[in-house]
Amino acid sequence: MLALIAAHGVLAVLAPWLFARLGPRVFLVMALAPAAATAWAASSARDVVAGRPVEQATAWVPGLGLTLDLRLDALGLLMVTLVGGVGTLVLVYCAWYFPGDRQGLGRFAGVLTGFTGAMLGLVLADDLILLYVFWELTSVTSYLLIGHDDEDPESRRAAQQALLVTAFGGLTMLAGFVLLSQAAGTSSLSALLADPPSGGMVPAGLVLVLVGAFTKSAQVPFHPWLPSAMAAPTPVSAYLHAAAMVKAGVYLVARLAPAFAVVPLWRPVVLTVGLATMLVGGWRALRQTDLKRLLAFGTVSQLGFLMVLFGAGTAEAALAGAALLLAHGLFKAALFLSVGVVDHATGTRDMRELSGVGRQLPLVGLAAGSAALSMAGVPLLFGFVSKEAAYEAFLHGSTSDAIVFAGLVAGSVMTAAYSARFVWGAFATKNHLVRNEVHAPSPGLVLPVVLLAGAGLLLGVLPSLADPLVQAYAASYPGPSPEHLALWHGPTAALGWSLVTLALAALLFRSRSAVGRAQRRATRVLSRVDADRSFARVLDAVEVLARRTTAVAQSGSLPVYLGTVLATLVVLPGLALLLTSRVSADLTPWDRPLQPVVGVLIAVAAVAAARARRRFTAVLHLGAVGYGIAVLFVLHGAPDLALTQFLVETLALVIFVFVLRRLPATFVRRPARTSQAVRVGIALAVGAFVTGAVLVSGQARTAAPASQAYLDRSLDEAGGSNVVNVVLVDFRGFDTLGEITVLAVAAMGIASLVLAGRGRGSKVAAGETALTAAGGQATDEPGTSAPEAVR
Amino acid sequence: MTGNLTLALLMGLLYGVGTYLLLQRTLTRVVVGLGLLAHGANLLLLQAGGPPGVAPFVGPEGAGVVVTSFGEGTADPLPQAMVLTAIVISFGVTAFLLALAFRSWVLTGDDEVRDDVEDARVARERPQEQAHTDPEAEL
Repeated sequence: MLALIAAHGVLAVLAPWLFARLGPRVFLVMALAPAAATAWAASSARDVVAGRPVEQATAWVPGLGLTLDLRLDALGLLMVTLVGGVGTLVLVYCAWYFPGDRQGLGRFAGVLTGFTGAMLGLVLADDLILLYVFWELTSVTSYLLIGHDDEDPESRRAAQQALLVTAFGGLTMLAGFVLLSQAAGTSSLSALLADPPSGGMVPAGLVLVLVGAFTKSAQVPFHPWLPSAMAAPTPVSAYLHAAAMVKAGVYLVARLAPAFAVVPLWRPVVLTVGLATMLVGGWRALRQTDLKRLLAFGTVSQLGFLMVLFGAGTAEAALAGAALLLAHGLFKAALFLSVGVVDHATGTRDMRELSGVGRQLPLVGLAAGSAALSMAGVPLLFGFVSKEAAYEAFLHGSTSDAIVFAGLVAGSVMTAAYSARFVWGAFATKNHLVRNEVHAPSPGLVLPVVLLAGAGLLLGVLPSLADPLVQAYAASYPGPSPEHLALWHGPTAALGWSLVTLALAALLFRSRSAVGRAQRRATRVLSRVDADRSFARVLDAVEVLARRTTAVAQSGSLPVYLGTVLATLVVLPGLALLLTSRVSADLTPWDRPLQPVVGVLIAVAAVAAARARRRFTAVLHLGAVGYGIAVLFVLHGAPDLALTQFLVETLALVIFVFVLRRLPATFVRRPARTSQAVRVGIALAVGAFVTGAVLVSGQARTAAPASQAYLDRSLDEAGGSNVVNVVLVDFRGFDTLGEITVLAVAAMGIASLVLAGRGRGSKVAAGETALTAAGGQATDEPGTSAPEAVR
Repeated sequence: MTGNLTLALLMGLLYGVGTYLLLQRTLTRVVVGLGLLAHGANLLLLQAGGPPGVAPFVGPEGAGVVVTSFGEGTADPLPQAMVLTAIVISFGVTAFLLALAFRSWVLTGDDEVRDDVEDARVARERPQEQAHTDPEAEL
């Protein structure tokens, strides 16, 4: 299994290279990967249907408990057949769909193949985290495919919208996965389903996961991204936005439903959202004039239907759902691809400009017509079989079942009506329109349409071919196994309702102009709750919020930034210190009597440095503090430190003097943004915090010092009696090397800062010299002394 | 383990004054503040190593000064080595900052830290002009 997914990845990477050699026929090579996956799935079908799933476990990051566990069971087999089979046909179709000179086609082929691999991984993954990884991979590849025409602003917007919505859902879902796997103690999907966890976290986790599923499968109110995504090339729409990716959300619900449909929140949420989606999608599909957008809203509607069937959590509904999943993949892909053929042959896909296409493309017309009949649920086609099963599942239940049933009938009426509208719009001869000029499409474009539509017809006549597979999935639900799929169950109530549905749909289609007028009137009111506009408004609001936050947080003032950092230091660790720590009474006022004397001198010098008005005074006081510190070092028993401190302090004074020579003698007084009181307050708080931290941490020591070994080994191993020196040059020699490097870098920085603009002929230098001359007397630079001093 | 009250108070003072100077706009004062902070930090490092003692020198057995363990009141050599490194590094930082101050003076005539012009522009730009633009038109 892993090898199959990896094969997709390898082909995806090779695609641009292959395209340079093969041209658009590269898609035929790409088609080998999903074809192999389909063949493998077919060869494992016997075992899987018999209830023996194929499993493969591979360790990934054992330390984090991440695994590459894959598992092919009945639902997985159904999805692999759909993803692999439709994927193969769509890739074959692509080989004839695109002109060979189209920009970026090699990249497109690679991304489409990569998507196929990610989708296979998604339906095979047996680990929540792995599933999430593949889930996001499909989001990203979908983004790239929708935005394939990157010079078209509409397609860029659509791609961004799809990415934002599905990635939002994906992250929400990840949070849900984390909650679920915490509750269950495992992230293995099959273990989770075999022994479902319970507890307060489970409903919360499920709702989060459902949000992810709803965004991916374009459920209300997240649905607008799917119609927008029709900006993608038609094969992408046929594959990602009908057969494969948008099924991922439905798949996830179908995967979790056997174990989690009993959780109280599950049914109301899934059924409500699913029904609403089915009705909204159908309503919107009835008034589209662009054939692809009509199909897109139809897809939204059918995804809602699937959500209802899988969300119900009964074996009967699940059987219908699995059958519809297959049926929808077949007829919707066929319909999209036929739109591509019509678009290719006539140059338009607007039904107000199409006329007489069916007569000139009879084979495509027939195939698309049979697919549309399947979508409408007309007998002899697989769509009918699955809808019969769906009606059957909700006919004999409680009041809530009756409500759902009414919704399903209403949705199915609209589905049948827009199916008729599609066929009429695409293929009918309209008297008031000029007939289109039609170029004959190549067989490579027609063949996939015919095959997909033919499969729907075959399964419609012989539903027993698909029955074992969907039965195997339905068996994962508790309860008795449902009736078998069949074309003829006898004169049942469901059959009666099917006929009523078709009759109502015929009425709806006949009165389409009246319906159109009513819809236009209703839209004036309904446009206030248009989900697409809400999305744009949310995006706007986020941008405004980001700007305001930036304006506040990023003030550009260094004192404000520093003040914020320091205040955080005082508040967070300071509060912790105050609340949790105690200083014991075991304090000495001083260790050496001279300490307080030197301490007072240092304190006076430090405060004077802060209060000084003249630069030179401040620097001299700083020097005094430094010498005082050196005395403290002596008192502590650290002669080396004292020596270094004396030397460094002197050198620093020299450098200060060199620089101060150029600067104004006194500090400029300027009204500051942060007030004096705030600065003093922060300073006092930091000082108090440090004193407290020193006292507490000084008493917190429990371990013996680590230095005993240095004392023992200094003479024997390093041959030195001054332990501090031995530590620096021997035991911790590399640290000292690092220190020297820091000094060298600082010296280079200083040299470049001071020497820059000394007029070595370059333009920049000349400009800076001019600036310097304007700024003050710029001859006789004192600069070189600083780097020299460091050396 | 005991605490030395004098040194704790002194460290608090050095940190406090250093912080106050760090919040100023004149680069020279910032450098002085950083120097005070460095002194406070060095003291803190040394203090963390324990109470004062005899300088950590060792000699051959029976040849003059023999110090072999902390029991005999030796100061801990490890923090001393660290402080020594810190002194040198903070010197490098001070020199670099001074070079920056000098450069600032060369370019602008003083050593004030100004507010970032770009950030100020972002902050000034009121969002209302953005709010009305349609994202679709923008793209």
